Amino acid sequence: MSDQRTAGSTSTGTSTGTSPGSAPGRGSGEMTRRSGGDGGRGRGGLIARRGDSHARNVSPGFLAKLLLVMLVDALGLYGILAAGAVGSWGIVAFLVVALVVVNWVYFSRRAVPAKYLVPGLLLLFVYQIFVMVYTGYVAFTNYGDGHNSTKPDAISAISAQNERRLDGSPSFPVTVVERDDELAFAVERDGVVQVGTPEEPLSAVDGAAADGGRVTDLPGYDVLSFAEIAAQSSQITSMRVPISDDPAEGSLRTQDGSVAYVYSPVLQYDEASDTFTHAETGMVYAPDERGNFVSSTGERLTPGWRVVVGMENFTAMFTDSRVAGPFLQITAWTFAFAFLSVATTFFLGLFLAIVFNDPRVRGLKLYRALMILPYAFPGFLAALVWRGMLNERFGFINEVLLGGADIGWLTDPWLAKLSVLGVNLWLGFPYMFLIATGALQAIPSSVVESARIDGAGPLRIFRSMTLPLLMISVAPLLIASFAFNFNNFTLIYMLTGGGPNFTGSPLLVGSTDILISMVYAVAFESGVKQYGLASAVSILIFIVVGLISWLGFRRTRTLEEL
Amino acid sequence: MSANLPAATASPDLARGVSGRGDDAPPVRDVTLRGRRWWREVGWRHVVGVVVIAYCVLPLLYVLSASLNPGGTLTGSNNLFRTLDPANYTELFGTNFGYWLGNSLLVCTVTAIGTVLMGSAAAYAFSRFRFSGRRASLTALLLIQMFPQMLAVVAIFLLLLSLKEVFPVLGTNSHLALIMVYLGGALGVNTFLMYGFFNTVPREIDEAAKIDGASHGQIFWTIILRLVAPILAVVGLLSFVGTYGEFIIAKVVLQDVQKFTLAVGLYQWASDERNAPWGLFAAGAVLAAIPIILLFLFLQRYIVSGLTAGSVKG
Repeated sequence: MSDQRTAGSTSTGTSTGTSPGSAPGRGSGEMTRRSGGDGGRGRGGLIARRGDSHARNVSPGFLAKLLLVMLVDALGLYGILAAGAVGSWGIVAFLVVALVVVNWVYFSRRAVPAKYLVPGLLLLFVYQIFVMVYTGYVAFTNYGDGHNSTKPDAISAISAQNERRLDGSPSFPVTVVERDDELAFAVERDGVVQVGTPEEPLSAVDGAAADGGRVTDLPGYDVLSFAEIAAQSSQITSMRVPISDDPAEGSLRTQDGSVAYVYSPVLQYDEASDTFTHAETGMVYAPDERGNFVSSTGERLTPGWRVVVGMENFTAMFTDSRVAGPFLQITAWTFAFAFLSVATTFFLGLFLAIVFNDPRVRGLKLYRALMILPYAFPGFLAALVWRGMLNERFGFINEVLLGGADIGWLTDPWLAKLSVLGVNLWLGFPYMFLIATGALQAIPSSVVESARIDGAGPLRIFRSMTLPLLMISVAPLLIASFAFNFNNFTLIYMLTGGGPNFTGSPLLVGSTDILISMVYAVAFESGVKQYGLASAVSILIFIVVGLISWLGFRRTRTLEEL
Repeated sequence: MSANLPAATASPDLARGVSGRGDDAPPVRDVTLRGRRWWREVGWRHVVGVVVIAYCVLPLLYVLSASLNPGGTLTGSNNLFRTLDPANYTELFGTNFGYWLGNSLLVCTVTAIGTVLMGSAAAYAFSRFRFSGRRASLTALLLIQMFPQMLAVVAIFLLLLSLKEVFPVLGTNSHLALIMVYLGGALGVNTFLMYGFFNTVPREIDEAAKIDGASHGQIFWTIILRLVAPILAVVGLLSFVGTYGEFIIAKVVLQDVQKFTLAVGLYQWASDERNAPWGLFAAGAVLAAIPIILLFLFLQRYIVSGLTAGSVKG
């Protein structure tokens, strides 16, 4: 997508095509005219003003750019129309702005740096910046199961779900028809044959044949035979075909595939007062600020719609006893896991680096090559292999190494934590070994030697000389490693799935879950999906990660060197 | 995105240390140690080495052995290398494994190429042009890259749900959508690595080309990109390896079994407690790991030298 040779100042003397004789760079008016007759290159006029004419001497790079931008424009226009049709005005607005920016950047002579930045920045904006901001918004709503959509959607869903066949409601002989594997009802109402599916309300069709109120033939549809109806009876009896777009008019349903009854909403929505009224009991349901219609007795209609609930998701994490307990445990474990992972891998790596920092040991290269293997093995596969090896009943560790023991490496809360740390040690120490080796060898030997001359023993040299010197160069990497492990979703999810699960919590989380896997569990795996709560947890991780990075920056001064 | 390769953050001194001095240091073997003194000063190091190597290699041997054990269950896999039968590997071809491998290669290759193109274009702009907002955007990029994309996984899922109504190919359950999400996170991660490297290419080269009449596009495509080829390879391969192991976003976005990537698909096999096709999983894991291990061994030198060169002028 990047700009190619657009400035194209190379046209001099190579002009070919329709006007071989004319010198380049004459009056722009002439260029415009010529390019206009040059085979419909739409942007000829614009380009000709540049002095050197692209219109007569189109470089391949310019053509490529033109095609790409045209393609982007076409896709963008399609997107604007499609998004407008479904009412996604946010997407429409974004596409309009994006198209204007793209066209301006690529057809302007200025904004050269932007030509190189726009594709990446657009993607960055949508898939990184926007989603972060959106996370922030969702965290303050009750988005989730039961509050998945907008208020108009909720109103029509409530009307549709609470329907009843009222006494004396009209009935019609119905014909079950099929087109493209989609079932539909055909009825004759008021002398007009109408067809409708669960998605499309009844609408009139021409050319149908009806016999005594029953439709017998319908062009474009197959009429189902009795046997076919019987074969799909459960599907047919659960079908609901709306009579019109207005949910208040009710729907057609059938019990036997031959007679359809009008079902009317028991709950009638009144737009003026914005309430639902129950047709039989007269109970009135009014909207509350939590995104539900609620009666005066506290009865709640589902589904609701998503509304902003303020800090509720955040306060729930600390005060709602069913959420706060697991949340606090998980937070503590997340910090412990990240810290212990860094500490164990670093000290094992450092120990090995010291052990093998001795040229008298033969076969150093072989040792190093084999030790790097766990680092080269894909992490997700390692976690899965260890999961099998640590299996309580059949795993290699229990069966072979421990001679048939029954140790619940992944099922006991504390042992599972130990296992997670052990596997992460396996995954992580080769990296620490590499950097510790590098750092050790970067320490000038004269420093250590002078300490020895001053009478320091090996332990003293390590504690007071080697380790502090090492930490200067290694500390930023340890911070980065901490931040990485803080969000090490793959390891946790693949090894233990967060389990063993806490009992008595409505959230499907367990004692090895870390915050990011809690986000996943709350949003996608718990019985009731709670996107709002999950996003609120994400926001807390954002804050922690931001703090860690800030600590890192203070050490490195990266910002000053841009 | 190079999440499981924290080497991307290694500082130059360390990297140089690893690559250079270790094995090339002048040998100090002028005194040959024997007997107890040898054990005390050198021999025990071999003991440590053997223990550590056993710890390192055991899981790898185990998975290799399990992959050669036909009809493998977890229990059946415990006798290492009792049978050597490639049945699991041939059986893999009748399963979804082929789709997964193909999907992973497709997604990772496209993501790697896109990352290299967008990252190098951005690095070129930051390195060679001075424009208003340059410093601010560099700082913003640096701040944004600290937050891994997966933290917003819920919002990404909800965004793709809405996009599905407008552009079905950019909605959930689409490889293109997954690639776009990965590319959205690419700029932040890799621009700095490349920016540092681009700065080491002398500006005089561009200026000479400019005097000869080259446009900024020609300078970029025909001069700069040629000169920074090593960093392009490193970033492309790092991105490939990182995407290969990415799990959470792929798991949320992809829904059909045949559209899974290797990480999602193999997870599904291995996590099936009751009737895990363990032999199949092991064979799949071996095949899936080979390209990464090879890339890694090949990359090791380049990771080190590329990072060193790239960060000389922060």
